Amino acid sequence: MKLLFAFIATLVVIVIPYIGIKYAGMYYVFSVVIPYAAVVIFILGFAYRILKWAKSPVPFRIPTTCGQEKSLPWIKQNKLDNPSSTMGVIGRMALEILFFRSLFRNTKTELREGPKLAYGSDKWLWLAAITFHWSFLIILIRHFRLFSEPVPHIINVIENIDGFLQIGLPTLYITDILLLAAVLYLFLRRISIPQVRYISLASDYFPLFLIFSIGLTGVLMRYFYRVNVVDVKELAMGLITFKPKVFTTIGSLFFIHLFLISTLFAYFPFSKLMHMGGVFLSPTRNLANNNRMKRHINPWNYPVKVHTYEEYEDEFRDKMKAAGVPVEKE
Amino acid sequence: MTEELKKDELVKIDYKPPEKDWMDIKPTFKHGTYIYPAKAKNLKYLDMPNPREWSPTDEDWKLPNNWKEIILDGMKERLDKYRSFKVFMDICVRCGACADKCHFFIGGGDPKNMPVLRAELIRSVYRGNFTTAGKILGRLNGARELTMDVIKEWYYYFYQCTECRRCSVFCPYGIDTAEITMMARELLNLLGCNVNWVLEPVANCYRTGNHLGIQPHALIDMFDMMLDDIYDRTGVRIKPTFNRKGAEILFVTPSADYFADPGIYTCMGYLMLFHELGLDYTWSTYASEGGNFGLFTSYEMVKRLNAKIYAEAKRLGVKWILGGECGHMWRVMHQLMDTMNGPADFLEEPVSPITGTKFENAKSTKMVHIMEFTADLIKNNKLKLDPSRNDKLKVTFHDSCNPARAMGILEEPRYVIKHVCNNFFEMPENTIREQTFCCGGGAGLGTDEMMEMRMRGGLPRANAVQYVHDKYGVNRLTAICAIDRATLTTLMEYWVPDVKVTGVHELVGNALVMKGEKERVVDLRGEPLKQEKGGNNVR
Repeated sequence: MKLLFAFIATLVVIVIPYIGIKYAGMYYVFSVVIPYAAVVIFILGFAYRILKWAKSPVPFRIPTTCGQEKSLPWIKQNKLDNPSSTMGVIGRMALEILFFRSLFRNTKTELREGPKLAYGSDKWLWLAAITFHWSFLIILIRHFRLFSEPVPHIINVIENIDGFLQIGLPTLYITDILLLAAVLYLFLRRISIPQVRYISLASDYFPLFLIFSIGLTGVLMRYFYRVNVVDVKELAMGLITFKPKVFTTIGSLFFIHLFLISTLFAYFPFSKLMHMGGVFLSPTRNLANNNRMKRHINPWNYPVKVHTYEEYEDEFRDKMKAAGVPVEKE
Repeated sequence: MTEELKKDELVKIDYKPPEKDWMDIKPTFKHGTYIYPAKAKNLKYLDMPNPREWSPTDEDWKLPNNWKEIILDGMKERLDKYRSFKVFMDICVRCGACADKCHFFIGGGDPKNMPVLRAELIRSVYRGNFTTAGKILGRLNGARELTMDVIKEWYYYFYQCTECRRCSVFCPYGIDTAEITMMARELLNLLGCNVNWVLEPVANCYRTGNHLGIQPHALIDMFDMMLDDIYDRTGVRIKPTFNRKGAEILFVTPSADYFADPGIYTCMGYLMLFHELGLDYTWSTYASEGGNFGLFTSYEMVKRLNAKIYAEAKRLGVKWILGGECGHMWRVMHQLMDTMNGPADFLEEPVSPITGTKFENAKSTKMVHIMEFTADLIKNNKLKLDPSRNDKLKVTFHDSCNPARAMGILEEPRYVIKHVCNNFFEMPENTIREQTFCCGGGAGLGTDEMMEMRMRGGLPRANAVQYVHDKYGVNRLTAICAIDRATLTTLMEYWVPDVKVTGVHELVGNALVMKGEKERVVDLRGEPLKQEKGGNNVR
């Protein structure tokens, strides 16, 4: 049901631009209005979400420590998994964000006869996740070719590396394959592992379908149904320089691709995809474990009702005296 | 209590989720899987809302009429006060990496014990009431209405979480279920839906200074008994002081350490160590509890109970504070105390009077963990130790959740253990250090009526002990946590009956060669030091 809903929603996202272009000829809407609107929603929405999170303070310093603390000088601290300095935290966050450190720890638990519990390393989720995210990033960077004139050297370098296999014409980009394969794996994993399927929401399937469709339409355009790349570049340059131009010479497949991307951008701030921003703000990861070295301030710390020593002694004075425990008031 | 639980029945665990969507399944309050509610007198003593007599199995939970409003207002307040809560409500991608990391899921198979789904129990209400997409799309977006059944479900599952933070180690965004559970329990507290196993210790601690409600004269009696036992076993007469002004150090430890077996043996170890060092320190009958069940109630209650530590240190005029072996106590002392009740500017930066070592890592909070203190002593050759006195023991070490994952005190206890005994064996690597498994009874779950869940939740830990027991003949499980010493004892009796539970300082006490001691023939438990030939007398 949830899966079906996400699937239908994705189909709708595909059908809208197809009809809009092919039958209604709404070129201006699909090449200018919607992309601009999507980017505006993305930027404002993303900023709004981050600010909303940032508005809530961090009253306590609560890092999850995943290694030896800094204590006595002769005990080796694990500076990356249990950082006590800002540099350490930056290192930990870099490992987390660039290499998915925590996911890399993933294990699989099995209950065998006996009972015997066995824990095996399980890196598949990590591999698919890191393949997916890095491929997506590289593809995104490659697309800057369309938005820049002259094309920066770095983009040519990335394209050359990405196309190192030198298969086919146009050259096959390895990230295109990896992205689709990784998304497919993440989807299959989601439906085939019963527990993961059980917790999955429509909003878990939808981004997968959306991104897969984006990748697929991109691949179709590049390798199978070529679109007019010169005009696409003109269109992109028009958008980025705020002198939008409309081309009726580009096939509807491109507009489906563009609309899917616009949808992803507009959907992003309202979805779980915000984990991209949220991971930076996670208090169990982005704080140093220096709690006993440096006092952390809670901005809303307020006085609370306590049971004072005087009240305690008043209640137990006689018993304390009888037991030989010193008291304040005889 | 454990007799009725059949092991072979217990391990028939079905991990396959049910056909029905989780939102359509109501919890059933089955004996052994939930905790009895807090007694009215405890709530009254603490000025907490809605004291009444009730039971979770009742249809009517006798909540105030505006309970929904109370919960939603409480959620809003906490979303605005805790970034952790807010971010964790939003960024989960339901990748499921946490699912099989929870000991309750591993040992029970209930999908709502997967950390991700435990969080969704409250996230669904968050989406339905605080997000636009949730309000519009409703259930399609994972949102649901706040109903009485939701409250019952929260009560059931947020008291089936031991706030151990193991899932948070594996979560790619560091989502910490402990934080979510704490928020959920705070909300439940607003309605008076809390458990007696937490609130009675809290009320006791508020009044008498310790969870067990031990009054000063009774506390002195307990120490006298321990001191007699030490004299009996070592020939050394020790005279500790209580509430002594002008001492250099205030020592604070969980009350379970001086209340009952096997904690008392650890406590005897402290007493012997401090005596041998000639340490200028004092105990306090007012700050007679290191633990803090406020942590299982609300952040406010943590602060209310914790205040006495600094207050007492100030009143007695000590220079710094030394803390004993305890788990959640150190989550509070390490991560919260300074922020809540500091700054401790009336204390001095801790320096070991024996070795001169400055505890740089405790220079603001001014409280040192006894494992740091003792490891430093051994490193500087200040202790005369005879590890062979522990030779009949084959020892393994259980990292307690909070010292491991909220502090990172991993090497210190191992260093000490390796110097006080000759036979030390690690459990498998996925079950120790930051990946350690909970005892199954932390965060206020260690009560008898919770036995089935405890034995289930403790299965991963017990199973790892079983492994080293079978492989190396391990017969002693050490832990630096008072809750562990109580709950692991029950857990071992059930799953691995040949293994006994010990604090690290019990082993220190055994190995410690004291001035003027008689020849030691028994350990601190009064059992022969040497294993009798042919027989296994390690019980």
